[in-house]
Amino acid sequence: MAELKFIGGYPEYMRKLIDNVNKTRSQRKDYTPKAMSMAEREEVLKLCHPDYAPGGKRQISIGPNTGDLAPNEVVDLLEANPLIDPDTMQISNPDYSVDLLIIGGGLAGTSAALLANDNGVKTENILLVNKLRHGDSNSMMAQGGTQAADRENDSPILHYIDTIGGGHFANKSDVVEALVNDAPLVMEWLSSLGAIFDRESDGSFVEKSFGGGSRKRMHACRDYTGLEELRVLRDEFRCRGIPYLEYYPVIEFLTDGNRVTGAVLYNLETGEYKIIQAKAIILATGGFGRLHIRGFPTTNHYGATADGVILAYRVGAKLRDTETVQYHPTGAAFPQQIIGLLLTEKLRGMGGQPLNIDGEAFVFPLEPRDVESSAFIRECYIKEKGIVTPTGMRGVWLDTPLIDLKNGAGAIEKELPAMFRMYKRFDIDMRKDPVLVFPTLHYQNGGVDTDPWGRTNIESLWVAGEISGGVHGKNRLMGNSTLDCLVFGRRSGKSTAEYLKSNPQFGKLTLEHLKKYKKMLADAGIKTTRKAPILFPEYRGKAVLARRIDIF
Amino acid sequence: MAEEKKNIMDEIAGANKSVVTGIDEKDIQHWIYISIMGKKYRVPAGLTIMQAMEFAGYRFIRSCGCRAGFCGACTTVYRIEGDYRLKTALACQTRAEDRMYLVQIPFTPAQRSDYDINKLTPGIEAFLKVYPEILKCLGCNSCTKACPQDIDVMEYIACGKRGDMEKMAGISFDCIQCGLCAIRCPAELAQYNYAQLGRRLYGKYGEPLPEHLKKRLEELKQGKFESELKRLITLQKEELRKIYTSRDIEKE
Repeated sequence: MAELKFIGGYPEYMRKLIDNVNKTRSQRKDYTPKAMSMAEREEVLKLCHPDYAPGGKRQISIGPNTGDLAPNEVVDLLEANPLIDPDTMQISNPDYSVDLLIIGGGLAGTSAALLANDNGVKTENILLVNKLRHGDSNSMMAQGGTQAADRENDSPILHYIDTIGGGHFANKSDVVEALVNDAPLVMEWLSSLGAIFDRESDGSFVEKSFGGGSRKRMHACRDYTGLEELRVLRDEFRCRGIPYLEYYPVIEFLTDGNRVTGAVLYNLETGEYKIIQAKAIILATGGFGRLHIRGFPTTNHYGATADGVILAYRVGAKLRDTETVQYHPTGAAFPQQIIGLLLTEKLRGMGGQPLNIDGEAFVFPLEPRDVESSAFIRECYIKEKGIVTPTGMRGVWLDTPLIDLKNGAGAIEKELPAMFRMYKRFDIDMRKDPVLVFPTLHYQNGGVDTDPWGRTNIESLWVAGEISGGVHGKNRLMGNSTLDCLVFGRRSGKSTAEYLKSNPQFGKLTLEHLKKYKKMLADAGIKTTRKAPILFPEYRGKAVLARRIDIF
Repeated sequence: MAEEKKNIMDEIAGANKSVVTGIDEKDIQHWIYISIMGKKYRVPAGLTIMQAMEFAGYRFIRSCGCRAGFCGACTTVYRIEGDYRLKTALACQTRAEDRMYLVQIPFTPAQRSDYDINKLTPGIEAFLKVYPEILKCLGCNSCTKACPQDIDVMEYIACGKRGDMEKMAGISFDCIQCGLCAIRCPAELAQYNYAQLGRRLYGKYGEPLPEHLKKRLEELKQGKFESELKRLITLQKEELRKIYTSRDIEKE
């Protein structure tokens, strides 16, 4: 087959289709399709959302959530063998003894460390451990912004209503209350540490619309919001000299039968394990995007493999909303090299329109994410009005030139530099041409059940950030994930500091919970060679794996 | 109907297969040759450097992070056969090319200093205290050439030396802290760490808290929204749904 001829990053046939987009742009500039009614939303969700489609899920058959549905990819890991053998592993001599162990150094974990320190836990009594580098996380990749109701016409009440409406009224109400009340405090905290948010000329925050929102509430740092927030917090963390380890994933917890009392670390380079003893533990390991639920590509970090959920479940932590998965409507669908990567919702917040193959605006651009994603899938696979890529993917256009048209020339480069840069690297100028999008696996809506302070049903175990469930119900809104990490990172840090003031003692270090877990697997008749946590996805070439031998 | 829905999900998974589980050799139309740390491999054309290395059999435990150009983990130094120049790139955001000789940088041992942001004054004084070596910049522009984000690194260092925090913050804002500037710098600077200090100084001292935020913080302190939130929490789903569907939406 002859190589495709590319013009401005697109093959010739796609370039012809772009003409349809160019032709209709001037008529669409002042037109927006009507938002869907609740009934219309429900119809498209039932028809096209991956969570509602048959298959892809099964019941969990062991542990506290027995009978609950979860994606097959998650159940596979919940019902898997541990990486270590509880009968033979030596765990009695801890290599580290700390008051507070924090696992995961994204926005949640880093915030937790700072607030624990602010509330009296001495730096040397904290240890933050990271699977990769401190900061490697989905937080770092958050583009669009952080919600906080801080304008005159807005209020925490409206933030509350938007959040639970977007979450299908399944959110845990007291946790949402904490989220919306603390949001302005988080903005104050970040600003006082030196984070730079987009400002209007009068010094007020630039605030933009977002899917499912009733007010302009989105605070951004260009389209590098998570990067800016996290690098400031990480710098502050470093300046205080809080101890941390990198390239040391946690592969198992230790317990005294009831409480979590420590953890087993694994040195990725040498293969050696280390034992940590701790009085309180905050688990902030993020979500599960790299499990590629239902075969979807993902926006997520390389390390987003649900490690924390698996370990927490083994010690008896309760999960919730395990059956819901967030697919972000605008994942890149072309070119091949960036399939699945995130195109921030800010593109639509600034006026970018989703279009079908005829250049028609077919959906209100700012529906909640699950509804918007379903509408894209319907357009591509039921109405057959998608654009097919050279590798057989289908997608819809996102009309990005409209952003400069609506906001003035230069808006894309100034406010969306990450997006502009990514496409430029692959020869596409998004100021002049639309980009092709299709839903991509984005977020773990559910997770470990928690109270407004990040506490779980296990004494001495807290969770914060994407690993937790409840605050987003069955669908998260934009700008509530960085906020979730910041609010509950801070709260768990404060809460653990208070717990430590009650002077708890180090507990016994055992792997009894693994013995119980293995028995549960056996009793449920689950015979498997699967092992978890997996730590990383497997992307190596098949031909190489087929010939691979393990010598050392 | 149910059958049809199942097929959609299967179709989508089928279309994504090469991205999620790797390309099947039989589907590969064009091959290229690359050299990874001196070893030659045949890989499909059109992959990123990162994907090409994985196809060749590498499993990353370093030099791989967000895979989307935001984290700076996958800094790569390469040369194309026949060219004398060493180039720099992010492995996740750069196509592998035929006859590319590459190595990844697993870690940047650059110096950074600790400071108390509350005790510094924005401007050159802060740099003289925390990073006095910033004055050693030779003005050779190697940093700018090495930057995979195309940031004018040399210019923001000049701004730092002039004490212009606002410009230093603005120019350096898209920095992903990969460390390539520091690795290429003949004056042995750690530019990206200086930029971090400059941005924090500007963010803290150059941009005061907006009045609307201060007002909201005061209202929260006084408990202005407490009783209404408490009332909402007690409502049943149907009542909440009514409030949700009838709420007014702010226009553009």
